[in-house]
Amino acid sequence: MNTLQDPARRDFIKAGAALGAGLTLGFHLNSARAAKLSLPTPAGEAFAPNAFIRITPDGAVTVLVKHLEMGQGVNTGLPALVAEELEVPWKDIRVESAPADHTLYNNLLWGPMQGTGGSTAMANSYAQLRKAGATAREMLKEAAAQSWKVDRAGLKAEAGFVIDPASGRRLSYGQLAQAAALLEVPDQVELKAAKDFKVIGKGFKRTDTQAKSDGSALFGLDLYLDGMLTAVVARPARFGDKLKSFNTDKALAVPGVKAVFATPAGVAVVATDTWSAIKGREALTLEWEPGPGAGLSTESIFASYRDLAKKPGAVARDDGDATKALAGAAKKIGAEFEVPYLAHAPMEPLNCVAHVKEDGCDIWTGDQFQTGDQRNAAQVLGIAPEKVRIHTMFAGGSFGRRANTQSDYIVEGVAIAKRMGVPVKTMWTREDDIHGGFYRPCYLHTLEAGLDDKGHPVAWKHRIVGQSIVAGTSFEGGMVKNGVDHTSVEGASSLPYAIANLHVDLHSPKLPVPVLWWRSVGSTHTAFATEVFLDELAHAAGADPVEFRRKLLKEHPRHLGVLNLAADKAGWGKPLPTGWGRGVAVHESFNSYVAEVVEVSVKPDGEFKVERVVCAVDCGIAVTPDVVKAQMEGGIGFGLAAALHSAVTLKDGRAVQSNFDDYRVLRMKEMPRVEVHIVASEAPPTGVGEPGVPPIAPAVTNALFAATGKRLRKLPLGTKVV
Amino acid sequence: MIHFTVNGKPHSVDVPKDTPLLWVLRDHLRLTGTKFGCGESFCGACTVHIDGKPAKACSVEVGGMAGKSVTTIEGIQGAVIEALRATWAELDVPQCGYCHSGQLMRAAALLAGNPKPSDEQIDTAMNGNLCRCATYQRIRDGIHAAAQRLSA
Ligand code: FES
Ligand code: FES
Repeated sequence: MNTLQDPARRDFIKAGAALGAGLTLGFHLNSARAAKLSLPTPAGEAFAPNAFIRITPDGAVTVLVKHLEMGQGVNTGLPALVAEELEVPWKDIRVESAPADHTLYNNLLWGPMQGTGGSTAMANSYAQLRKAGATAREMLKEAAAQSWKVDRAGLKAEAGFVIDPASGRRLSYGQLAQAAALLEVPDQVELKAAKDFKVIGKGFKRTDTQAKSDGSALFGLDLYLDGMLTAVVARPARFGDKLKSFNTDKALAVPGVKAVFATPAGVAVVATDTWSAIKGREALTLEWEPGPGAGLSTESIFASYRDLAKKPGAVARDDGDATKALAGAAKKIGAEFEVPYLAHAPMEPLNCVAHVKEDGCDIWTGDQFQTGDQRNAAQVLGIAPEKVRIHTMFAGGSFGRRANTQSDYIVEGVAIAKRMGVPVKTMWTREDDIHGGFYRPCYLHTLEAGLDDKGHPVAWKHRIVGQSIVAGTSFEGGMVKNGVDHTSVEGASSLPYAIANLHVDLHSPKLPVPVLWWRSVGSTHTAFATEVFLDELAHAAGADPVEFRRKLLKEHPRHLGVLNLAADKAGWGKPLPTGWGRGVAVHESFNSYVAEVVEVSVKPDGEFKVERVVCAVDCGIAVTPDVVKAQMEGGIGFGLAAALHSAVTLKDGRAVQSNFDDYRVLRMKEMPRVEVHIVASEAPPTGVGEPGVPPIAPAVTNALFAATGKRLRKLPLGTKVV
Repeated sequence: MIHFTVNGKPHSVDVPKDTPLLWVLRDHLRLTGTKFGCGESFCGACTVHIDGKPAKACSVEVGGMAGKSVTTIEGIQGAVIEALRATWAELDVPQCGYCHSGQLMRAAALLAGNPKPSDEQIDTAMNGNLCRCATYQRIRDGIHAAAQRLSA
């Protein structure tokens, strides 16, 4: 009996359109591909009605997840969609990472590419996986109907069984799998009504907690293959330097070191084990030719940004006439905001295991852009992309670092493995990670605004200066319009407040420092500048910060909804102990709305602590409410690290920081109590991985102003107000 | 040859003495539950127990391990880790999970010495264990809940 017969060869899913994405993507399966999908199970026995579901005769239901599990919960939330429609008890669901395949697993919101990012995993899968589950359910019912010679319409699917209520007969999905595999895939299936949900929105558990509590979860770093070697690479300390000369003698003399050779990025040291490779690298003598980044420093960069900020930039938004309205305003205020380069510093340092063989290449890594990485690796090897097999492992965080159109750490690992002819794990140390670039760019924001004599804002002028993330990448065509990189201005150009004359423009200077998206991308800095500046306007108008925002958000019910919920739950306006202050920020990113109210306590010497954060989120239907809460808690902690501590500064072209002693992140003692409230919604689900991050920095800053009367405008804030 | 015990079993390794215990556990003994996060004693991802006390395996040279006994996340047993694992599951504490071998080893050592820690004692004990996903609140709650389970 075959896994899939010909009838499956048709398009049956059109998901993106339903989500308003403007993208319709169909896919079909053929037997060959289905066989590939069924690798771990005996071919010919599984029921695989589509690329996402496999049911074997033993009753096991496996959901293939096309996205990367990096902590955000896709291995829980996406299988939940299948469990719901397929009517399978949650405990019976198994999860596997899907292979890289652009015909089956594209991201429906920003593909064509299989990839994870922009908080789209749930949004682009909601219709797709529900339909996949419903299709499988109906086929199993049909198989039972044929075997009982009754009409499918009279049958029920429940907890892994098809039941005939008339006769009380029942057959398990396992029993039906082989017969179902022979049936036509129906074109149309009905999805369940929200009132009948048993899984979506309910309190089920993550699928990966146990493995992550007993040491058995396998991250890329944990892969060991027979005969595998380990490589580290010496890369230039200054961005853009080129290798001039190197001496390998001492490195090769280190026991365990097998090979030392130049790579496009630097010099690879390959050894039998990690420590030998690290010691071999320390023994290298290297000479670098200074590149275009040799003289760069944080000061010189910001000085040049200040010069640029004096000139008009590419226009991102232009409502009314902001210049004229500002000139005529009763009260004018202006401010300047600064944010630094940031490393992602995921807990698991980057690594890539690759094995290049005659018949192709296998890659094991926490892979975020599977088909992009597949293409780039294929190019390095000069082979067809299908010959590159990507095995997506758990990722120990990413925060955007692994979503790199250049696939930097993967193509490097593949090139080294090709040269060695055996499996090679290319490892990054923490220092490599912090020095390695692909930072969140540093930005300068200048803002001016005018209030009328009643304190109502009538003009808003916002200029942003900072490197473009997508310039020169495959995303440039879609994301840069009229000289404006959307990722540099998002959150600023989409300012929701009712201000009739509003102008936002942008300078995107080019520098040799590689930059990349970092959890919540443009909103990491636009939310900081806009939400702090709006607070300054409220203060200048003599208004309460929440009341001031409410008046300006009348046309934006979802912003207003989270603002009111957070303010209410936080007890906005209620008295606080002396030395304490309360601040608020509200921001939309990736179509999710988040408001955060922060309480800080400040000691007489200025030392402060973030005590409590009350968060309200509107992400449409919360499929996995506890994961939504966890993502808000984690996003707040992650954003707080950057608000208080983190910065990569440059001096003489080098990153000054190198490890967690000087690239500081949040520690346990600094984690405030976080309360998360989810707005009940029937809107389609939107992302939660990133939107918790943007409001925290401005909310803390605004709370510090409330407590001390001091307005801070530069990140990181440190832990003391002077 | 250096002889020491790992998870109750005797092991002998023939590696340079300055090799960090972390890499011996991972590369040589293939105990991959213990993680590499910084290599410099800043993050706690590599936390194991040496003779019952928590230690950062990246900063312990294997040369000094002769005769000692190491417990890793794969080998730890008893009521304390069982209680922690149960509350970790109840509260779904991990996100990416990469730091959690270290978190659990550190938390187990805390509860072994202090069955009812306060928030502040938890914060102090756990402050050396970084979590980039910032699961700190659930770690704190999980430790409290485990303490409660153990005293029930
Ligand atoms: S890896 Fe040992 S403390 Fe970070
Ligand atoms: S759960 Fe990801 S680093 Fe802690």
